[in-house]
Amino acid sequence: MRKRSISGRVLMALVFVFLYAPIFVLIVFSFNSTKSRTVWTGFTFDWYLKLFQDSTIMGSLYVTLLVSAIAAVIATVAGTVAAVGIFNMKRRHRNTILALNNIPVINADIITGVSMSLLFISSAAILTKVSLSLSSLLGININLGFKLGFGTLLIAHITFNVPYVILSVLPKLRQLDNNLFEAAQDLGATWIQAFFKVIIPEIRPGIVNGLIIAFTMSVDDFVISYFTAGHVQTLSMTIYAMTKRRITPEINALSTLLFITVLFMLIIINVRQSSQEKKLKKLRSKLS
Amino acid sequence: MRRRYLAAVPHVIWLSVFVVAPLILVVVYAFTGSGGGFTLENFENMGSYTSVFGRSLWLAFIATIICLLIGYPLSYVLSKEGPGMQRIFIMLIMLPMWINFLLRTYAWMSILENTGLINRLLASLGVFDLINRIFDTNISYIPMINTQGAVVLGMVYNYLPFMVLPIYSVIVKIDSSLIEAAHDLGAGSMTVFRRIIFPLSLPGVLSGITMVFVPAVSTFIISRLLGGGTNILLGDLIEMQFLGNAYNPHLGSAISLLMMIIIMICMFVMNRFGEGEEQAVLM
Repeated sequence: MRKRSISGRVLMALVFVFLYAPIFVLIVFSFNSTKSRTVWTGFTFDWYLKLFQDSTIMGSLYVTLLVSAIAAVIATVAGTVAAVGIFNMKRRHRNTILALNNIPVINADIITGVSMSLLFISSAAILTKVSLSLSSLLGININLGFKLGFGTLLIAHITFNVPYVILSVLPKLRQLDNNLFEAAQDLGATWIQAFFKVIIPEIRPGIVNGLIIAFTMSVDDFVISYFTAGHVQTLSMTIYAMTKRRITPEINALSTLLFITVLFMLIIINVRQSSQEKKLKKLRSKLS
Repeated sequence: MRRRYLAAVPHVIWLSVFVVAPLILVVVYAFTGSGGGFTLENFENMGSYTSVFGRSLWLAFIATIICLLIGYPLSYVLSKEGPGMQRIFIMLIMLPMWINFLLRTYAWMSILENTGLINRLLASLGVFDLINRIFDTNISYIPMINTQGAVVLGMVYNYLPFMVLPIYSVIVKIDSSLIEAAHDLGAGSMTVFRRIIFPLSLPGVLSGITMVFVPAVSTFIISRLLGGGTNILLGDLIEMQFLGNAYNPHLGSAISLLMMIIIMICMFVMNRFGEGEEQAVLM
């Protein structure tokens, strides 16, 4: 029983116009021949060419992709291991750890960012003091102090990514048949072998999902990076700095390219999924 | 063998160092002065920011209500589509999130400005001439940017998907035989919605409300880009204390602490309201 009301269709159309209007504006003005973002003056590809010569934009894009990739991979490994551990805990402990784990997910980004920057700044100050007194004590030059930069940025990203990985792996562990693991061990597999040959393949969809979420969160993040990156600039931070003056159409060009890439990826994934589902349906109808 | 739970130990240590300790530091900073001793000065100074607190809560509240009013019917309509269409529509709702949100918000500036796209469109259609002739006024644009309305619009625009996705994922999972049974027992469409669909979708609604309200109440980008200098929100206030001209991490921590408490109270009330429903619909 499926009812399709006209008012429902109108609502959907309006929402999609609302969601895509600014994106449409962004893409159209990436082809504009002047820097104006409201007056159309003619068509050009110049901004796309200039984009690849702009060292600030390309540099910050590189930082973003690098920190997102490293943070996503580390978070996925750490999150999967942690999820296995949490899954095997007693219920009371598990709930406590999950509540802790949820803090970065639920908390406002700005508080996560600010609190971590406080930690980094104060520990850097303490380390500088310690190395100063050590240096005078031992008579050699020691410097344990550090500045906010790529390292602190990476730590921050890993910290907010791991909880998402855990939240996406845990449900898969719950679906897992516990006998599988014991069966593997009865058949002579060691703990490690059973883990890699039985558990990991079973929970792989959750792990992959976690990796994708982590990477997306990292690429998209501005607020937490803003407070923890110090002198390093991610793409979001470069864009933010530009909004204070004026955004060049090169950024429009870059986001058009990113948008088209993501669009293609999503289309490919969807086509593959629906063809797989069709195959399954065929199989089922043959079987019955 | 029995100690598989030990695999969680590194994560617990990591969480304590990089999540719990920083939050404790916020509390410590909030109750100390720049000299280092205990003080309540940071909170005493906060009286002058009452209007900012009020504005942040109010605008975030309005944005959350609008998101709910748009998001719930939308999720409901979506769930009635065929499975292929559903997947395409959900993809279309998530797709904008892949464009940097600063840029999307910035694009709204181009649309809403006094010389922006909407005003240019209205002018070229002769709307302003018409109004000026009828009412004997002299306007050449409608002021939209740098208003509280623009800030709310930015919030709704950025966080609407966070409302739609959890509600949709709950509504889709409602067992259709329940609805059929209700119809068979003589319930009309309205009764079915009121007695079955709405109560069962409540966990999604609650999760959507938190996922919109928390970022909306703490934003500083949206207010800065669309609200001009006059509509400062809590997020702006905190940002200014840490990275802005008014450098004072102690005051900034105190404001952060208060914001955290407000968020916690809201979540507690919501959880009460939902009678401890599982919040498993985050994704």
